[in-house]
Amino acid sequence: MLKIDISSLPLLYEKIASLYPLVLPIKKANEVNYDKYSNGAEVSLFTLKTNKSPKDMFFPQTEDLMKFKVDGQKIEIIDTRKEAQPFVVMGVKACDYKAFEVLDRVFLVDPIDTYYKTKREAGIIITLACDRPEESCFCKAFNIDASSPLGDITTWKVGDKLFWKANTQKGKDLTEKIKDLFTEGDEKTVEKAKQEITETISKLPFSNIDVNALSKDEMLDTFKSDKWSKLSEACLGCGTCTFVCPTCQCFDIREFNANDKIMRFRCWDSCMYKDFTKTAGGQPRPTQMQRFRQRFMHKLVYYPENNDGLYSCVGCGRCVKKCPSHLNIVKVIKAFGGEKK
Amino acid sequence: MQEKLESLMQELALKKIASGEVDRVLAWKKGESYFDVSPAIFKESFDGFTYNAFCGANLSKFLVEETKKEGKVLVFLKPCDTYSFNQLLSEHRINREKVYVVGIECQGKLDINKVYAKGIDGILDIEETDSELKIKTIYGDKTVKKDEVFSVKCETCKSKKLVVFDEKIVLNEMKDNKEKRFDIVEKLESMTEEERFAFWQAELSKCIRCNACRNVCPACTCTNCVFDNNKSGIAGKANADSFEEKLYHIIRAFHVAGRCTDCGECSRVCPQGIPLHLINRKIIKDMNTNYGEYQAGETVTPLNPIVDFKKDDVEANTVVGGKK
Amino acid sequence: MEKEFEALIPQVCVITDIRKDTPDVKTFRVVALDGKKPFIHKPGQCAMLSIPGVGEALFSITSSPTQTEYVEFSIKKCGCVTEMLHSFEVGQQITVRGPYGRCFPVDTVFKGKDMLFIAGGIGLAPLRSVINYIRDNRKDYGKVAIVYGSRSADDLVDYKEIIDEWQKEKDFDVYLTIDREQEGWTGHVGFVPNYVKEVNIPNTYTAVLCGPPIMIKFTLQGLLELGFEKKNIYTTLELRMKCGIGKCGRCNVGGKYVCKDGPVFCMTELDELPDEY
Repeated sequence: MLKIDISSLPLLYEKIASLYPLVLPIKKANEVNYDKYSNGAEVSLFTLKTNKSPKDMFFPQTEDLMKFKVDGQKIEIIDTRKEAQPFVVMGVKACDYKAFEVLDRVFLVDPIDTYYKTKREAGIIITLACDRPEESCFCKAFNIDASSPLGDITTWKVGDKLFWKANTQKGKDLTEKIKDLFTEGDEKTVEKAKQEITETISKLPFSNIDVNALSKDEMLDTFKSDKWSKLSEACLGCGTCTFVCPTCQCFDIREFNANDKIMRFRCWDSCMYKDFTKTAGGQPRPTQMQRFRQRFMHKLVYYPENNDGLYSCVGCGRCVKKCPSHLNIVKVIKAFGGEKK
Repeated sequence: MQEKLESLMQELALKKIASGEVDRVLAWKKGESYFDVSPAIFKESFDGFTYNAFCGANLSKFLVEETKKEGKVLVFLKPCDTYSFNQLLSEHRINREKVYVVGIECQGKLDINKVYAKGIDGILDIEETDSELKIKTIYGDKTVKKDEVFSVKCETCKSKKLVVFDEKIVLNEMKDNKEKRFDIVEKLESMTEEERFAFWQAELSKCIRCNACRNVCPACTCTNCVFDNNKSGIAGKANADSFEEKLYHIIRAFHVAGRCTDCGECSRVCPQGIPLHLINRKIIKDMNTNYGEYQAGETVTPLNPIVDFKKDDVEANTVVGGKK
Repeated sequence: MEKEFEALIPQVCVITDIRKDTPDVKTFRVVALDGKKPFIHKPGQCAMLSIPGVGEALFSITSSPTQTEYVEFSIKKCGCVTEMLHSFEVGQQITVRGPYGRCFPVDTVFKGKDMLFIAGGIGLAPLRSVINYIRDNRKDYGKVAIVYGSRSADDLVDYKEIIDEWQKEKDFDVYLTIDREQEGWTGHVGFVPNYVKEVNIPNTYTAVLCGPPIMIKFTLQGLLELGFEKKNIYTTLELRMKCGIGKCGRCNVGGKYVCKDGPVFCMTELDELPDEY
């Protein structure tokens, strides 16, 4: 266990950034999101909830797939990717870290998505234990321990110190390169802090919801429940919940066409959008209720069915905070009886 | 005061349903906490019915779909929502005969994000008084003055006039804050081109193209938006580059120009805190300057300065304001 | 290090033959740039075809796996990509990736069975693959009955092959029908679901359905009335797809991804899924 003064963190950022590209919560135009560090950036490492999750780092909102050169009847395909270079993501909370596992089970199963895989392998992840959870947090409901996230390196903020512990070889290698900045830290201080966090989390209003609520009954009974229409009543059909969600992974593949250069790219898409499933022949989900239901059924029933019971929600609470109509997964879970007394 | 208003509203709603005058009620419903409020339809049960300082959502757009259904709906509209209602009537998007409008008092709505910005989090419950919020949190109790946490749209309230209603419930005097309406626009105008470009670049680069601004906007009621139409060639669905982000917001601003009532919903719902209303407000200010004072939604009219040609109109290529 | 398989990067192929089947259906013969078949597939599987700059779409592979020279796709004109394909001439390159999805259980469940194929319009495309596969492995299967209908005689896809080859095959009964009376047509007139009941195939046959949703719905009803068991009825689903590899989320229905777990489904499996297809 190592430690560093929080007042010395700018030195740490500089040092890491001199070795690898460094991504961490940065405040820009009043909002905090994961962004690439550069000298003078306004780092906001201890912001609990960035607007967007760090999934961008491995599954960017838009990503070029390949380029085409068309010449008469002929086509040439050009893979425009450069070899992935190692990079560091710092300040990842336990919920967002767990979300990477959820994404891995989509992108890294056969056939493997190499675009995701190369970035995932290149990333060195430094997690940060939560020290001041908010009322919208409910990671505990998914048995995620916000006081001890994993990752290549785990960090804890205790008082005016940041404690640092390498977990993997990647993490140890990075630590070795920057160890001059640290002093020896006391394991007990961290243990005590962990206990306090766990206590705080148990006081959060949504900590004890029962996420099994939707998967208890037969899938088709939950699907056909008349609760969905009331739950989705105020849904605007925007994609906010899906875009701020750390586990939503639906995407579209599109092309950008400029003269002879054609770039095929993928970009985030949302099951909340009416054109998501629309074909020339029909629309299997014509109503917003059906689209709304798809999202929650996917997260709480379909995904776990295919992934050993792992939910495609990590309780980060971003949708709770960001939905323009204040609809969210907590209300859905509670409507299906997931409120523990 | 808040409770009195709320109970009068509920009483009226129940009465109108009991008499059969209306079939259902469009109002706000309290969710998991005091500030967790959703638009909702009430019919048999009024569980969760609420009207508090966090009922910022403009209910008029929901009437586009609601009035396609059977029966009459009672809706509660705050002063600024009544402007949107009129504008939607002007555009023939709402069937007036299917709506019973109850204009209601509004003392300005609050933005929970501004409460968070004060370092108050872990909120368990809020008690609202006329001027304060008493907030119970897992980290202790806090008190906040309401006028410090007004939502952006209410900070510069353009009007407290209920421009359309069948009945109203107003107990206290309401005060607008229209003198300040164009303050920030003027500040932006006084910037150099480079500064202004940098400002919008920083703001718009946060956009995640979630479409919340468009979907909540009462002026955006196209059945199939150009940005959703694959044949339009601009259905990018992504912030592919900085050009595209701006394109989206600028096209949207121009499409709602003359019809935007300045209800501020776009900024209220933006998950990235982009002050989108400023783009619309700049256009409103320019329209006022060039074509005379005009407020969309004040009356029901098919004409607005953008689509109403007058011989003494300023020439189309006139450059107004802005520093070089 | 061995280069990883790139699921999303297609290969360039070339169209070597274009056959006009009906006023709005053409069959495209496709080979890889080396002149060989671009991939090995099973009957019922699909592939993503794309025209860079226009788009990418999923099509069922019409040719039988037993055809070793090339693959074929029968494509109806109904959107941007298909319209462009229809405007192409021989020699045009397109991109191809696949094959994707679960095939018909030709090597397991279907083995030794009497087979009933029911198709409407362009729905014959995926069935042609399995029908020709059966013809080429004739001894492995029992009797075959085919009920095929279209709007008009001109809209019957592969009419020539049906008349010249299928009808002459031993133990092959082919029943053709068109929706409305037409000059020069001496065959049956009427909708597919009704015709299926009229021809009265024994309910011990294993049925495979493909066609527009409305045809599937009524044909299925008819088959159940005739005493067919759901476990002996198969169909293929068609949903919007982008990736073809079970990741983009578009074709998710219940716990299944149509691109990966389908497009072939047994009716008993569909009963367990939400009806969002």
